[in-house]
Amino acid sequence: MKIEGQIRIPSGCAISAAISRDGKKMSGELIAGSMKPMHDRSNGLGGGFAGYGIYPEYKEFYAFHMFFDSRDTRKQCEAFLKERFEIVQSEIIPTRKIPEITDEPIIWRYFAAPLKSVFTSLQLEEKEFVAKTVMKINAEMPGAYVFSSGRNMGAFKAVGFPEDVGVFYKLEEYEGYSWTAHGRYPTNTPGWWGGAHPFTLLDYSVVHNGEISSYDANRRFIEMFGYQCTLQTDTEVIAYIMDYLLRIQGLTLGEAASVIAAPFWSTIAAKTDLEDQKKHTYLRTMFPSLLITGPFSIVLGFEGGLMALNDRLKLRSMVVGEKDDKVFIASEEAAIRTMEPNAENIWSPAGGEPVIVQVKEGAFS
Amino acid sequence: MQIIDAANLDYRAVNEALREAETDYIIKGCCGQRFLAAGMSGKNLIIHGIPGNALGAYLNNATITVNANAQDAVGDTMNEGKILIHGNIGDAAGYAMRGGKIYVQGNAGYRAGIHMKAYKEKIPVMIIGGCAGSFLGEYQAGGVIIVLGLHKDGRRIVGNFPCTGMHGGKMFLRDSCEEIHFPGQVTAKPAAAEELEEIREYLSEYCLDFGYSVDELLSGPFTVVTPDSKNPYQQMYAAN
Repeated sequence: MKIEGQIRIPSGCAISAAISRDGKKMSGELIAGSMKPMHDRSNGLGGGFAGYGIYPEYKEFYAFHMFFDSRDTRKQCEAFLKERFEIVQSEIIPTRKIPEITDEPIIWRYFAAPLKSVFTSLQLEEKEFVAKTVMKINAEMPGAYVFSSGRNMGAFKAVGFPEDVGVFYKLEEYEGYSWTAHGRYPTNTPGWWGGAHPFTLLDYSVVHNGEISSYDANRRFIEMFGYQCTLQTDTEVIAYIMDYLLRIQGLTLGEAASVIAAPFWSTIAAKTDLEDQKKHTYLRTMFPSLLITGPFSIVLGFEGGLMALNDRLKLRSMVVGEKDDKVFIASEEAAIRTMEPNAENIWSPAGGEPVIVQVKEGAFS
Repeated sequence: MQIIDAANLDYRAVNEALREAETDYIIKGCCGQRFLAAGMSGKNLIIHGIPGNALGAYLNNATITVNANAQDAVGDTMNEGKILIHGNIGDAAGYAMRGGKIYVQGNAGYRAGIHMKAYKEKIPVMIIGGCAGSFLGEYQAGGVIIVLGLHKDGRRIVGNFPCTGMHGGKMFLRDSCEEIHFPGQVTAKPAAAEELEEIREYLSEYCLDFGYSVDELLSGPFTVVTPDSKNPYQQMYAAN
């Protein structure tokens, strides 16, 4: 087998996203199609999607998407869940048998509500209880992985090229007001089902092109707060960092972006807006271990919106475009043009400059 | 003129069709196919749609016209020829180019002209009509980079950290650059009349391509940036 260097492997992950500011629903087929012109950025070892607003009939319930290695594991996990949740629906996630996607685990979903008596006796707030449950399953139950745990949203991921993963999961049957997508080209870590993007916790999801040089520093810090990195891929830590900064610390999206893609000290020192300078100095001082170094372009999905962000040196490409109520984000303009040939205002955000798109208040469900 | 419909072709198929084409050609329906015209000589190519990354990589004296934006790494390591973009270009345009011209009507992303060099009689030229992102001319070793700052919309002509590691060539920015911080190993000063004469020929060609007036362009204030020394790293680690 020839290795990189003997042959050129022209790739480097692909991300893509679409959102309607009016909360209008888009079929998952749209986002899956956007990955086709970026085919060569992936190598078939991972593809995935996150859709928001896809489960309106179960919107009050947490949707757990799970991988199980065997029926026994599923039974054990289900028994564990039933002690803590009321499960209102339990089913196989519908998939298509296609030759491009093989060796799938058991792919299941539960719609569930946490039992109030349980989380109040533990003195936990509801979301914290759900997050802790996810961590416990992923860390302590061999062969069981929660890969999606938000309300009215879901992640779909597999080993394969992203456009095939879209066909596999029948994404054309889902409609969401916001979608993210990822095509994977793993460089340092195994290409397995749990390692495909998006990485999620509660309603946060992250797709990521790049590699995190600061991974272990970030991981050591975030594991002090009860998060456990179990999925063998650096991107996982970004999902937990965002949950920690946004949900636990209560930072705004912009502030969280300033923590993980903090400007250089020299850039902060040169700021003429003194309030802004003070804010950045504070954030870099408070959360030095959450600065993410190395190349990245990410899209963070959350209930009601998206945030796109590049590393501060902008070592990965990212393009944004608009059309009417829709905003599109992708590694390449070609992907945006596939979703909307007449997209306007195509631009590339600067390194560390977050692009935050939110659905109008009350317009998403 | 031969027309290649790229709508349902991958980059290999498009490039094979290009290599077989005996005349000049038009690619229509382009959407992200990479490496178009890589290493190509002696042909003219017009692209409709969005060409993929590394357009005109190793270009060897062909002319490429793009009627839209182009993506990353346009003209990577090109040797000769001309790439004309009627739109914006992505990151790392002209990476290590050692000859030829890249003329852009719109803006450039990050790291335009990174590691641009020159070779014997070859002097590569990149002209960016709008603004350039950060790290413009990073490690520039030769050639000429010109940024015109047209349609700036209140933005700075160049982002942060221009000329980092620059040790050869010249950069012209059509701006007084009072807000721009340059690194220690370069000198940025207002361009003298004779220095502007050096780039008149390129700008005249650019104006013909995009319909501007060269005298109007040259009437703006220009800052010229050149490296201070032929050996800027002599004292990087130790004085010797």
